[in-house]
Amino acid sequence: MRSLWRWFAEKWVFLLGLMLLGYLFVPIAVVLLLSFNQPGSRNTTYVLDFNDLHFTMDNWTNMCGAAGLCDSLQRSIIIGFCATVLSTILGTLISFALVRYRFIGRGATNTLIFLPMATPEIVMGTSLLTLFIGAKLPLGFLTILIAHVMFCISFVVVTVKARLAGLDPRLQEAAMDLYATPWQAFRLVILPLVMPGIMAAALLAFSLSFDDFIITNFVTGTSGYDTFPMFIWGSNLRGIPPQVNAVASAMFLISFAFVIAGQLRTRRRSARRAATS
Amino acid sequence: MAALLPTAGGTGAPVDAPPASPPAGMRARRWVPYALLAPGLLWLIAFFIVPVWQLFAASLWDPNGSVETGYAMTWSWSNYATAWDMFHVQFLRSLWYALITTVVCVLLAYPLAYAIAVKGGRWKNLMLVGVIAPFFTSYLVRTYSWKAILADTGPVVEFLKWIHVLGPDGRLLATEFAVIAGLVYNFLPFMVLPLYASLEKLDVRLLEAARDLYHGPVRSFLRVTLPLSMPGVVAGTLLCFIPATGDYVNAQLLGGPNTQMIGSVIQSRFLVVNDYPIASALSVMLMATILVLVTIYVSTAGTEEVV
Repeated sequence: MRSLWRWFAEKWVFLLGLMLLGYLFVPIAVVLLLSFNQPGSRNTTYVLDFNDLHFTMDNWTNMCGAAGLCDSLQRSIIIGFCATVLSTILGTLISFALVRYRFIGRGATNTLIFLPMATPEIVMGTSLLTLFIGAKLPLGFLTILIAHVMFCISFVVVTVKARLAGLDPRLQEAAMDLYATPWQAFRLVILPLVMPGIMAAALLAFSLSFDDFIITNFVTGTSGYDTFPMFIWGSNLRGIPPQVNAVASAMFLISFAFVIAGQLRTRRRSARRAATS
Repeated sequence: MAALLPTAGGTGAPVDAPPASPPAGMRARRWVPYALLAPGLLWLIAFFIVPVWQLFAASLWDPNGSVETGYAMTWSWSNYATAWDMFHVQFLRSLWYALITTVVCVLLAYPLAYAIAVKGGRWKNLMLVGVIAPFFTSYLVRTYSWKAILADTGPVVEFLKWIHVLGPDGRLLATEFAVIAGLVYNFLPFMVLPLYASLEKLDVRLLEAARDLYHGPVRSFLRVTLPLSMPGVVAGTLLCFIPATGDYVNAQLLGGPNTQMIGSVIQSRFLVVNDYPIASALSVMLMATILVLVTIYVSTAGTEEVV
């Protein structure tokens, strides 16, 4: 009894942490469960009634069966890809300027980067819509892309900056002492070292863009260029097709598998490094 | 905001410090940094600063105009009074909900971040993956999932009825509880990550030193751990409070007419009623309020690492 008490005294914070992690997984587990459920007659997609579950694989085997679902996924991926490429390039350039140069206007630049992150999305959505209406720009692919790049840039800057600031500036000097041109020093020394930061920023940008609803809802209008979140929102009235749960579950499982694989790889690599040294 | 994101290396290098000496040969070309900045900053100016300015202008348009007839700029400052009169309930409610959400998030996120950073050991990275796991599914799907869990015939309501916390007609959906629970769930990771980043840097030897000086666990937490993790608390508070104030997804999906938040009002004024002047005035009010609150908060909490 005593040792049990001591074990608990030692571990209770960790156990509490695990319980909180479990809480974060509750809705995900429900989505997984519902992805195998055939909503009955008095049952809509989003009611969890343990007495009224009907197992089916249809949602998984027939994901595109819901009209418009796969089109919206495709749009989300296209927008996400374009927004990621653009915002990663623009944001990385800014972070290089901020970390490696001293110039007049640095403070103002930092403020300009910070402001979009301190602004509620609804304000950005309304202001962009006002701008597009004023400029008579038709809503659709282009306006969504503009908006997504805008709110991704700041997050890219913050992520890449953190990586760049950890770099020793002497590395570049060393490279140039060894007769590398500034361009060679950048391409062969600095860029590979910053790459993990840039990749992390790109992943962050993609997930921000892919999942954005509040701003997208304003700048899509009636163009019909509905992204995946817009599709879900739009089918609220007609009833959300159960395939949405299968898609969301698949998204979760794929990303989870990738991240875990990455974790295992780094763990193995560091273990190997520990073994060789 | 560098403190917000735990960097992979976790070196904790000061992010904002300018390089001690710019590499030789770069000092001469002063235009280089501006060339690097130009495209990104122009994008932000064109699609963030200009629109906000435009929004401010729209908030002063003639409230009697319409989409068909167009709006005249009449400098109608009275739009703000009208907006306040019509929607101050929702406005104040949003701030209140966001405040409760933030407090609950701190209370939940602190033990979680502490467990990962200090007690996590070899499970640290795996637990961090668990924290960001909700982001792997869609925000709307997560919120709909809560709708299913809290539904009238769902397990939570059944259980609460069984233990007579809820009456026979009691429900959770369309109550404040459901909206705040949804907000807490959706913004909890934003609180955990910065808290983790600052707790991870915490030197365990400081806690040992506190114990050597006869501090009990409570006192060493209050006087060592908590003050050292304040940058994380501040950053997490901002990341939680700001989006929670403007959110309308949770209020719309989990709430009812009595739990409407200002985001829903702005959304429907803009997209359904097309009442641009009042909706713009509400947006500007929301942004101004948040900027003022954030400035006060950051200057009293007194950390420079946030921006």
